[in-house]
Amino acid sequence: MSIRRVALALAAPVCAFAFSIGLSSLVLMAFGTNPMDAWTEMLSYGTRLETFVETGNRATPLYLAGIAVAIGFRMNLFNIGVEGQYVLAALLAASAGAAVDLPPILHVILIMVVAMTVGSAFAGIAGYLKVSRGVHEVISTIMLNAVALAAVGFLLRSWLLDKNDTTLNMMTPEIPPSGQFPHLNSLVETFTREITRGRQLWGFMLVALAVGVLFYAFLNRTRAGFDLRATGLNPFAAEASGVDPAATVVRTMLLSGAVAGLIGLPEVLGQAHRYDLGFTRGLGFTGIAVALVGRNHPGGIAVAALLFGWLDSSAPILDVVGDAPREIVSILQGVVVLAAVVAYEVVNRIRRVAEARDAATAMQHPTETTDRSVS
Amino acid sequence: MQLLRSSIVLRWMLAALGVVITLSICQELARPTTTDLISTGTAEATLRRAVPILLAGLGGIWAERAGVVNIGLEGMMVLGTWFGAWGALEFGPWWGLVIGVTGGALGGLLHAVATVGFGVDHIVSGVAVNILAPAMARFLSGEVFAERSGGGITQSPRVDSVGNLDLPFLSGGDLLGWGTPDLLSWFVDKNWLLISDIAAVLSGITNSLSWASLIALTLIPLSVFILWRTPFGLRIRASGEHPVAADSLGVSVYQMKFIAVVVSGALAGFGGAFIAIEQTGVYREGQVQGRGFIGLATVIFGNWQPVGALLGSLLFGFADALQLRDRTAVHALLLLVGAALVALALRALMRGKHSSAAILVCASAAVLWWYAATEEVAGELPPITPHLVTLLVLVFATSRLRMPAANGLRYRRGQE
Repeated sequence: MSIRRVALALAAPVCAFAFSIGLSSLVLMAFGTNPMDAWTEMLSYGTRLETFVETGNRATPLYLAGIAVAIGFRMNLFNIGVEGQYVLAALLAASAGAAVDLPPILHVILIMVVAMTVGSAFAGIAGYLKVSRGVHEVISTIMLNAVALAAVGFLLRSWLLDKNDTTLNMMTPEIPPSGQFPHLNSLVETFTREITRGRQLWGFMLVALAVGVLFYAFLNRTRAGFDLRATGLNPFAAEASGVDPAATVVRTMLLSGAVAGLIGLPEVLGQAHRYDLGFTRGLGFTGIAVALVGRNHPGGIAVAALLFGWLDSSAPILDVVGDAPREIVSILQGVVVLAAVVAYEVVNRIRRVAEARDAATAMQHPTETTDRSVS
Repeated sequence: MQLLRSSIVLRWMLAALGVVITLSICQELARPTTTDLISTGTAEATLRRAVPILLAGLGGIWAERAGVVNIGLEGMMVLGTWFGAWGALEFGPWWGLVIGVTGGALGGLLHAVATVGFGVDHIVSGVAVNILAPAMARFLSGEVFAERSGGGITQSPRVDSVGNLDLPFLSGGDLLGWGTPDLLSWFVDKNWLLISDIAAVLSGITNSLSWASLIALTLIPLSVFILWRTPFGLRIRASGEHPVAADSLGVSVYQMKFIAVVVSGALAGFGGAFIAIEQTGVYREGQVQGRGFIGLATVIFGNWQPVGALLGSLLFGFADALQLRDRTAVHALLLLVGAALVALALRALMRGKHSSAAILVCASAAVLWWYAATEEVAGELPPITPHLVTLLVLVFATSRLRMPAANGLRYRRGQE
């Protein structure tokens, strides 16, 4: 029984990935490229140490984004607004970090607290509107995304610009070294060779890992996490057993927003040390994809984030070698998402049917372990 | 009064007249800083900007009337822009529209297969479509547009539009080779208070009206007719209101939902193709700019009614057009918002809602003070007016909105 469960759980993502590879290969063949060349090229470039470092750097924000989305998903709450929440949070946190002068660790903590508060507060609007006015969170978060991005443009342009900046690149002042997050190169290099090409493994990865562990512990070891899961599985049963649905919605949105606030920090604290126009956007939407592929499970999301991160960091080689356009990887990612959600649904149905069948056989052929055989 | 109640058309015309009068008054107050608040050019631009939003909105209505939430509209519009531009480049603008519609319909088909066929959550599938569609467009651009002159991975070469139409007599269009007089422009040039303004709006609508806009506008009565006046439409709506009941009466619910979602994608694709072919004359990455989401907003805003979606899209198109043409006009718009708030306050007062009236008066005072104290509105504000208005409508008018009862719910035949 449990072996079948595990096999089914693994079958879905594996099938989805295989299907996506197959479909992308067909697309490549349709445009006259040999898919095998492209995939081998990506594999050989993608297994170098520098690409792994890049993979880690890309996976870290994706992981946080996936967790932020998954917190909502676990109770059927769709926080589509992660995108707006994290960009706004990154801008304000970077500005706050540059404005103050604090001892090293405190400084970083302050920046993180600001980011989490901003993300949380912005997500909280959607949660509040849902419980107080019945506004569906999908619509409100989509609308608030646009509002957040407009606010970012306005704030950066009019109030938060670096006054001493002579270039025309719009950016906030630099965060002093005490507020920067150290990188992990020396840690990695003790096990491997030296990391070249100026690549640095962002230390924020550890924070992301901690968030993942906390998420797991929260869901499985706390009352609030239990309420959240119960509401997601059956809101009526949860309410009947004493869960306050309104409070759970608001709490979940606040939590999701808090994690969303952290998404931009690996880049801000680890590399740019400021918010500028080059800041990576769109992670909120990719985060949704990562959460979907990872089935909202902290472990699954990690695998999905690493997969997406690896695909992103090994794709550029395709342009260099010229075997295939690197955009094929975006198609691959898009297909993976769709294939994965369909595969999970199918597996779910197979499981339900199998369980119903097992129950039926158990009813028909009562064994000595059941009470029925005694009576 | 009796006539007023009986004729919907008359009521709408009176409402439109009211809007024009208010705009006209605001225009007089805001002279000479801006002359664009109500003009032929603004009316024309409003319509052009409203059409893609309208089409997305209609698409949303088709899907949601059948009970399938379609937040993949955005992605389907992206497919529409790419396929529209490619078709226009390859076979000419008319075929471009057709191929754009097909591209959007393919996106709809994907959404239908996932949600109706496999029973995937509607939001999840929509998000997946929104992720996949831009990736496809980018890949295809790299393969197809990059090798052409003027094209690249994010952009297509320029494409022709389907052409415009001037109505004879009203806007000086040709009739059997005879150049008719341009009556509306004559009125506009007279600069008569109000009359010239009405003429300007009408002239803006009838003057160089894109054939594609005309088709889009005829899709409104067509959708109303199909969805509310035919057995087929009844079946679609029944699938969105109570699929189990519909199934028990012999309606093939899966089929209805499938058709509705594919039509939804086709309409969104038309909207995308319109952006690429008529509005900008080029495919450019990211040019949809969330219009699919705004279209979704007009669905709610318009209470799942096509005419409501038209109103929503005109409002958003107007904000868009003003900001494009004249930034100072946007500032004058604050005056309009202030006036609207005063009107709402009066209405609340007449209905005896004193606290709401007080809040509205305060809000209108704040907006009018904002108008008086500043010279220009921050450029970031106008593009997000649709989003803010939608939020406000949702917050204050939820009780008056009624969506299809089974909207967004997973339906499996034989399961309650």
